[in-house]
Amino acid sequence: MIKVTDLTKRYARHTAVDHISFEVHKGQIVGFLGPNGAGKTTTMRMLTCFLPPTAGSATVAGFDVLEQSFEVKRRIGYLPETPPLYPEMRTVEYLQFVGSLKGLSKSELAKRVGYVCDRCAISDVKDKLLGKLSKGYRQRVGLAQAIIHNPDVLILDEPTSGLDPKQINDTRELIKSLAGDHTIILSTHILPEVEQTCEQVIIINKGKLVATDSVSNLQNRARGAESLLVEVGARGGNIDPAKVQSRIELVSGVTRVVLKNNRDNRSVFEVESRKGLVRGDLARSVVEAGWDLNELRPAAISLEEVFLQLTGEPAAVPAEEAVAAGVK
Amino acid sequence: MRNVWIILRKELRSYFVSPVAYLLLSMFAVIFGFFFWAQLNGFITYAMEMQMRGQMFPMNINESLIRPLLANVRVTGLFFIPLITMRLFAEEKRTGTIELLATSPISDTEIILGKWLAALTLYGCLLGLTALNFLFLFKYGRPDWKPLVIGYLGLLLEAGAMLAIGTFISTLTRNQIIAGAVTFAACLLLWVFEWVSEFDSATWAQVLSYASVTTHAQSFAKGLLSLKDAVYFVSTIFLGLFLTARSLESLRWRS
Repeated sequence: MIKVTDLTKRYARHTAVDHISFEVHKGQIVGFLGPNGAGKTTTMRMLTCFLPPTAGSATVAGFDVLEQSFEVKRRIGYLPETPPLYPEMRTVEYLQFVGSLKGLSKSELAKRVGYVCDRCAISDVKDKLLGKLSKGYRQRVGLAQAIIHNPDVLILDEPTSGLDPKQINDTRELIKSLAGDHTIILSTHILPEVEQTCEQVIIINKGKLVATDSVSNLQNRARGAESLLVEVGARGGNIDPAKVQSRIELVSGVTRVVLKNNRDNRSVFEVESRKGLVRGDLARSVVEAGWDLNELRPAAISLEEVFLQLTGEPAAVPAEEAVAAGVK
Repeated sequence: MRNVWIILRKELRSYFVSPVAYLLLSMFAVIFGFFFWAQLNGFITYAMEMQMRGQMFPMNINESLIRPLLANVRVTGLFFIPLITMRLFAEEKRTGTIELLATSPISDTEIILGKWLAALTLYGCLLGLTALNFLFLFKYGRPDWKPLVIGYLGLLLEAGAMLAIGTFISTLTRNQIIAGAVTFAACLLLWVFEWVSEFDSATWAQVLSYASVTTHAQSFAKGLLSLKDAVYFVSTIFLGLFLTARSLESLRWRS
């Protein structure tokens, strides 16, 4: 459905997208993953014919983005990073305007507006001014706008950024439900989002393609080793972190133990282990020593860690921030 | 053509849903109302003086009332043109809605034409307001309607040219105030270039004076339908809209 070959975008001083090639098949949901400034938006803008590529080519549904941009535009629904809303328009007016802009006839228009309002759960703000809508509704109206003409391809630039957790979940469900009839590319810098919604992942960094793979393969590559967070506490008496650490290190399969935090008689360790079932042994070992096992959970793998493993470059973001970004 | 209409309708809606259009219309009505009242009183006083001096032939209402009033409309219009065009593209660039237009199956030409026509329509509404005042003259006097219609045609053509320039300037920035200020400066300069013809007749002065909108507004103001001047205005409109199209295109290559 989408074929990108050696796509390049150069600006006066830097290269935003550098010889990227990938392919997306019909009906797939593809996650376009990369840190901020990696070139995700630029690539999407080239696919939607907003920016012309400097070199290379891209085709959507067999049409070239440069030569046959009208055909491409007719088949693409695009949600930019900030939904392109006119604050002085009402929701229905806006959807009618976008629909007619995309070439829908009057009778189709009425049907489609009703349909997308239901689909995106915006029926209750039909007659509200767009400028008065909350962030969540704006995002959903943006999504409704993208699917109004039932396009073959949907391109969504960070569709969940700035939403609250419930809205994020709703939006992901909505996107998942759209797959099948539509081929979807969504960009994000949040790894769990890709894990939850996408089948295929394209990772770029600094304008270059780092990996393109299925989600499960990527997870396996990223989780060659398992990383656990363990919180150990002691009732009453003091706890000696060094002692706990050496005890955990003795558990078979554990490769590395790092003390992350120690206060109020509770110590938090990050435990790396070879893949396998070390959790049972680990728990038993801690409890048998007379300590309390307060918490034992897999550490969230952040995108930066995946990068670290895939590219071998040091992560630019401090670990704490990376974890925060990962769970956002 | 359908796409031009879609854009035109959307632009008019945003003028008329927000207070912008009503504010411009009411300010224009108040300002022109004052001009009309002042000129009419001046005319009446003058007419009475003339009568007392014993002048027998009637004064020409077209010459001594309508023509100066149309000149007033023209000056007032100059101040309103930047207010009309400044948001056209600057606003879309600022809010990012330009991305929606640029990724829809609609050509740049259609977008530009729709927006410019919307601006011209709003300006036409301003002119329409002033026409209401002139209707009173027809009730109480017998002015000739032809020079009036030609005067309005000239105003519309001239405004079309300046609106096209304003549309172009609006694509250059995402800041409406900058767009408005630059448009005003550009239009004012085009307006006053004509002055050089009064003290110099060198080639550069002739060119400058020819480029001035004022030079070409004169015959229309006198009620003369001048093809030469109409051609100037129409080609300025084309130039402005052509520059707009080029600017939109370069936006994509640069941004």
